Amino acid sequence: MSKDWPLWEVFIRSKSGLHHKHAGSLHAADEQMAIENARDVYTRREEGVSLWVVESKNIFASDPDDAEAMFEPAKNKVYRHPTFYNLPDELKHM
Amino acid sequence: MANPASLVKYVLYLGDNNLILSQRLGEWCGHGPVLEQDIAMTNIALDLLGQSRMYCQYAAELSGSNKTEDDIAFLRKEQEYNNLLLVEQPNGDWGQTLVRQFLFDSWHYYLLHALVDSKDQNLSDIAQKSIKEVTYHLKYSSEWMIRLGDGTDESHKRMQNALNELWRFSEEPLIMADYEKDLVESGIAVDISTIRESVQKKRQDIIREATLSIPEDEFMQTGGKEGKHTEHMGYILTEMQYMQRVYPGQEW
Repeated sequence: MSKDWPLWEVFIRSKSGLHHKHAGSLHAADEQMAIENARDVYTRREEGVSLWVVESKNIFASDPDDAEAMFEPAKNKVYRHPTFYNLPDELKHM
Repeated sequence: MANPASLVKYVLYLGDNNLILSQRLGEWCGHGPVLEQDIAMTNIALDLLGQSRMYCQYAAELSGSNKTEDDIAFLRKEQEYNNLLLVEQPNGDWGQTLVRQFLFDSWHYYLLHALVDSKDQNLSDIAQKSIKEVTYHLKYSSEWMIRLGDGTDESHKRMQNALNELWRFSEEPLIMADYEKDLVESGIAVDISTIRESVQKKRQDIIREATLSIPEDEFMQTGGKEGKHTEHMGYILTEMQYMQRVYPGQEW
């Protein structure tokens, strides 16, 4: 077993934010300590009102080598943006 | 009617606890066992320093002279500090720092909850502002007590040693000094008998959950509240007051 505590990813929801955003990472022995460490390291300047922590090993990431095949095909498909519709004037919040 | 000198001593007592403990915790800055706990310690130290400032400002105002909070904090002699002996004890290892913190928080938390009802508006306001911070301090130190007490053989042993070392300073906050007694009748100071049971129960519960045991038949040390300190206090003040002594009036 490694002597180091496991790594955790920290997500913070700000006061005006609707969702949690990735803020960074830290080390902690368990989830409770991870929450408290996140509070002490990442919310000292009123950054948030809610915290999520996820052990980094539980995050499965896309392979950077696949980036071209994964993401570049979306580049020239402007028609996927919903900007080609004529909306009725009554619709105000789209 | 309470003696005005009693109020000054009481305000200094409350402020000096936070000031000296803050100074002690600040010694961890850059030396914490891991980065995250280094920052956690500094956060608590700064919380306590902020609270101490409010008491020092009030004490300066009560002094009736043109003294400032800095004069109060940095230019008194050892015997003029009324802090508990507990808060001036050395950091020791991480466990000892956390045991000291828990013994302090488990009293501080209940004291502030009672101090909110003080007839002295300034003290009531300071207590109100401090409660949220101290609620977190107590949660933090309680969890570390349990984590390390009920941890490995090594961590358990160190926590028990720390508790044995510090327990003799645990009763002082629960024994009223003359100036506290003087202020209780007028509703300014907290009557310790009203919070004693809560403090003791909190300590017993957490210590039990941490699988540690309370030392028995321990002689209880007192004196800090009356300005009679342990040998550590002079060294703390030497370091803390250095700048103001060498460069009087220094501001930054």
